[in-house]
Amino acid sequence: MREAFPRGQTAIVGAATFGIGAAPDFSNFDLATHASLKALAMAGLSPRDVDGLFVIVMDETLSTLNFAEYLGIQPRFTDNSRTGGSSFQIQASVAALMLATGHCDVALIAYGSNQRSSAGKLVSTSRPSPWETPYRPMRPISSYAMAAARHMHQYGTTKEQLGEVAIAARKWAQLNPEATLREDLTLESYMAARMICDPFSARDCCLVSDGAAAVVMVRADRASNHCKKPAYLLGAAAETTHREIASMPDLTVTGTVGAARRAFAQAGVSPADIDIVELYDAFTINTILFLEDMGICAKGEGGQFVAGGAIAPGGKLPVNTNGGGLSCVHPGMYGLFTMVEASQQIMGICGARQQPDVQLAVSHGNGGELSSEAVLVLGSAETLSEA
Amino acid sequence: MSDTLHPEKDFAAYLAAGRFMLQRSRATGRYIFYPRVAEPGTGSTALEWVEASGSGTVYSTTVIRQKPPTPSYNLALVDLAEGPRMMSRVEGIPPEQVRIGMSVSAKIIRENDVPLLVFEPI
Repeated sequence: MREAFPRGQTAIVGAATFGIGAAPDFSNFDLATHASLKALAMAGLSPRDVDGLFVIVMDETLSTLNFAEYLGIQPRFTDNSRTGGSSFQIQASVAALMLATGHCDVALIAYGSNQRSSAGKLVSTSRPSPWETPYRPMRPISSYAMAAARHMHQYGTTKEQLGEVAIAARKWAQLNPEATLREDLTLESYMAARMICDPFSARDCCLVSDGAAAVVMVRADRASNHCKKPAYLLGAAAETTHREIASMPDLTVTGTVGAARRAFAQAGVSPADIDIVELYDAFTINTILFLEDMGICAKGEGGQFVAGGAIAPGGKLPVNTNGGGLSCVHPGMYGLFTMVEASQQIMGICGARQQPDVQLAVSHGNGGELSSEAVLVLGSAETLSEA
Repeated sequence: MSDTLHPEKDFAAYLAAGRFMLQRSRATGRYIFYPRVAEPGTGSTALEWVEASGSGTVYSTTVIRQKPPTPSYNLALVDLAEGPRMMSRVEGIPPEQVRIGMSVSAKIIRENDVPLLVFEPI
């Protein structure tokens, strides 16, 4: 059976963040609520309007129940699927199906984390692998570092090219007043940073921050009542390849290949049509891998693609315009933030970093250790008649 | 005999006896690591334990840096000659000298009072 998706039948009409950086003395649900209220207010909606609830927090397995109770709602549909940082893109694809079939009318997708203020490090609730733990991996950094080492070995990708990714993210962050790291990052200081897990220094790794994000989705027929320039969901797909890094078939090729191919097919667009890419840059190698795997450049050419400021402000393709997980925010899971930024760029509300005439945007999520990859294609009203 | 196979426990018991064992599917001949109760994909439970050759090739490698004087250490993914890939580390040379493509051989050491499979360059 051909894979069907309700192309353009649903839209994001509210998209907001809260507490980026440090947000002490808030619980995860406090933070998620603040972001949700902002996103709902953008759409002229209240918690009581929400009947499809999607929420994850790191410290509560039954998170949708807690959050429904906190918001004072009794939603018809709830989902707290957990694939790591790609969960939110997968939730958006489920929300689209549930909205399009009338199982809910207003879907709220929310995330909040106080990990920096509460723990000061990545909080993991996964069972330690008996096959990897005895070797003392520095998870998840060492897994991504070995993917980078393999990419460098196979394709000649250089440390300087990884540096280009970090510097581009920083330059975007300097245009975003909310971003956590905004001081200048030069190639000299990048190259001089002390290795923590070869070939990575701290400058190759995402932040450990607090933060919350939320998006509100409705059916397209009412989207313009809630938002001047809604971000319509044109395609959504995910792929799973493994859990632990030793079981990843090829450390230089991720499930983004299949996810992007399917999402682009649903949307009726090609990689070259995309105006702006918001991808999950937990580490510098991610940006290179995912640009290749989306088909934006050929496999092995990602390092050359990002060179010369190509993905920085003023470059040939705007990538991670909020500053990304590397320089803006990374509260344990970053996936929902790529959706917020992609939506806000289509809505045209991004201030100094707003790109002109954004019609098609990709929001990408990555979960586990390059394990679960998800791609959303979002478009302006002008893109609805295509395909 | 899926109901008598206890993958983690059996592997550890072999290792404690000085033997590095892999599972092999009687149905397809495929070798399996990590051990489990059924062959991935086919679901075949006709699995047997066989002695691994111990030969492997480094697929990827990193150095996990520690604050001196604590020594930094290697972490590697090793492709076994039989096919499966596993996480381990390469010992016997400085961690930063471990190279992708290097031929390595398994040995069983004791660490934290439990047997552990590591590799050395050939």
